This record gives sequence, structure tokens and C-alpha cells, in this order.
Amino acid sequence: MLKKTRARYLALTIDSDEMFGSTEFMSAVWDAVLKLYGECGASQTGLALIDYDIEKKLAILRTVHTTVDMVRAALASITKIRDKPVAVHVLTISGTIKALSEKIRQ
Amino acid sequence: MKRKYADLHLCPDLGNDGQVTRMIRKASELGYRLIAIPLQNFPEEKIRKLQNICKENRMDFASRVDLKPRTPNELIRSLRNLRRRFEITAVVCESKQVARQAAKDRRVDLLNFPGSNRRKRFFDKAEAELASNTLGCLEIDIKPLLTLEGPIRIRLLSSLRREVAIAEDFHVPIVISSGASNELLMRKPRETAALTSLFDLDKSSAINAVSKNQLAIVKRNREKLSPNFVAPGIRLIRRGKDC
Repeated sequence: MLKKTRARYLALTIDSDEMFGSTEFMSAVWDAVLKLYGECGASQTGLALIDYDIEKKLAILRTVHTTVDMVRAALASITKIRDKPVAVHVLTISGTIKALSEKIRQ
Repeated sequence: MKRKYADLHLCPDLGNDGQVTRMIRKASELGYRLIAIPLQNFPEEKIRKLQNICKENRMDFASRVDLKPRTPNELIRSLRNLRRRFEITAVVCESKQVARQAAKDRRVDLLNFPGSNRRKRFFDKAEAELASNTLGCLEIDIKPLLTLEGPIRIRLLSSLRREVAIAEDFHVPIVISSGASNELLMRKPRETAALTSLFDLDKSSAINAVSKNQLAIVKRNREKLSPNFVAPGIRLIRRGKDC
């Protein structure tokens, strides 16, 4: 039977002196997931970029509730984007975008 | 009660005051409430300055010494000289003899195995059995997992998976530290815990490895270093002529 998947939204902050475009950021995320878990693992994450604020260095990613820890580990393993040192931190996680926005505002 | 997180291995360049301050501030922002920085031959005045910076950032500071002896005798000599001056004693085990001596010495708190070369990581069953009879913990730094790539990281993960399984079998506590030398290599406690899933440490053990196990070491050693400490379980509660 097909298991029901529940979405989890992750608010991320990009810690770096540089600014990166959403494509560069997502390609770094996919690279990290692929390096750690391979194509099979990456296919289970259902990763998607929901929102990206280049000025505030904030991003919102969607994933599946079963792979939150995998995504968290992959994000923690990102040390460079475009050969510039960077760290990606998870600000908060939520089940809906509305709740996530409220948590960020708090 | 809210869990307190600790990072017992921050490695800033101690000559660079700006970097030290930035890293302490970052640790506070990331949610840590206790940090330790290896200090050896570091003036008292600067240690007090570090404590003040931590206090300003609502954090606790523990002094730590990293010993890198070449022989077991050198380790014993260093422990005799330094044990009572620092709250945490870690031994970087670069030879098997040193690793064995460190594991059976009750004055050693953390056993650290550097490098990814499997032959130079001496945490095997014999080492774990010795450590389980003392109070030694296995310390794993996250920094190499972030900085290494490709086959070297694969080999390191394989070694860590084996070491963690052995430590759990022999009930040796595991401590996860950052080993970060700059603020961009620091991660939140939950992120550090998530990274440990790469070497099969389960979630609750991982959370304990970034909080409970570390706090227990500092608490135990502070009690021991207190002037009121007599022996484990016995302490002086009052002095005076009427006692």
C-alpha cells in the first residue's frame, strides 16, 4: 500500500559574506544530498525550493517528514557554494507554510 | 526543562581575539550553553577574559587541555602536572600505547582519535573495555566530516561506524564536538546530531552526545576540583571550630 507522505517545510538561513542565486543554492543542496545518500536516497527526499530571499539570505525548502533528518544532515554538510565558504542552518521546521511563517516572525 | 547543549571542542586561533569572540558569539546564537576551548600555556588573565566573553553571551565556559603525548610515560607526567588546572582533560591518541594508557587512566575524560587512517584509529574492543572501567568518553569531532571529501570521508565514516558500535557495546559514553576552527564550521546541536546518523548513532544517543554526556563530564570535574571535595560521594559541607 502506498504510504501517505506528509510535507515538512524547513526555513533555512545561509551564513556567508557572499550572496548566491537560488539555482546555485539548490544545486549545492542537491550535491550534498547526492554525496551523502546517493540517487536512491535523494529520490526519497522529495526536495523542492518553495521560497528564496537573496537579500535576507533565507530559503524555504519542502521535504517529506520521513527524510527530515537526512536533509538536515545534508544541509549541515554544505561548506562551500561557488567555492566560497558557507554554512546553512535550519531556523525552524513546520508542517505548513503558514505555521512556518509565524514561527519565523516570532 | 529545556535541554542544555554543549560543544567541548572549539578550536579558534587563540592569538586572534576577534575570531575567538566571533566564535563564542556564534556558539551562543546556535544554541549552545556550555563551550570548552583547549588552552595550554595560556595566561590566567586571558582565560578570565574568555570567561567574561562567555558570560556576556549567557554561556558557561570550561577550560580544557589537549594532551598529545608520544609515550605513556609522557602522558602520565603531563596528567600529574595539568589535571588539577583544567576542567576537562582530553588525550589525542597518536599511538596504540598512548591510547591504552589513556583509556585506563581515570584522570582522562576524553579519548580523541585524529585522522581518517583506519590503522591510526585505535578505538577497538580492548580500548573500549579499558575505557568502560574508567570514566573516559570517546570524542568524535564533526569537522573532518565537513572538510573531507570522497574516498577519505567514506573511510572515515566506516571507521566511525565501527567505533560507535564498539562504544555502545561496552557502554562507553560518546561525546560529539565540532572541532571547529572558524565560525562557518560550527553547526547547531540538532544539525550535529543529524550528521551522526551518517555513522549509525541513533537519535537519542546523538542528542545525549551533544548535551547530557558533555555536561556530566564538566559537572563531575568541577565537583572534583572544588576545595570541598574529599572523595567521590564525600564532600565538606562546613568548616569551623564547632564541627
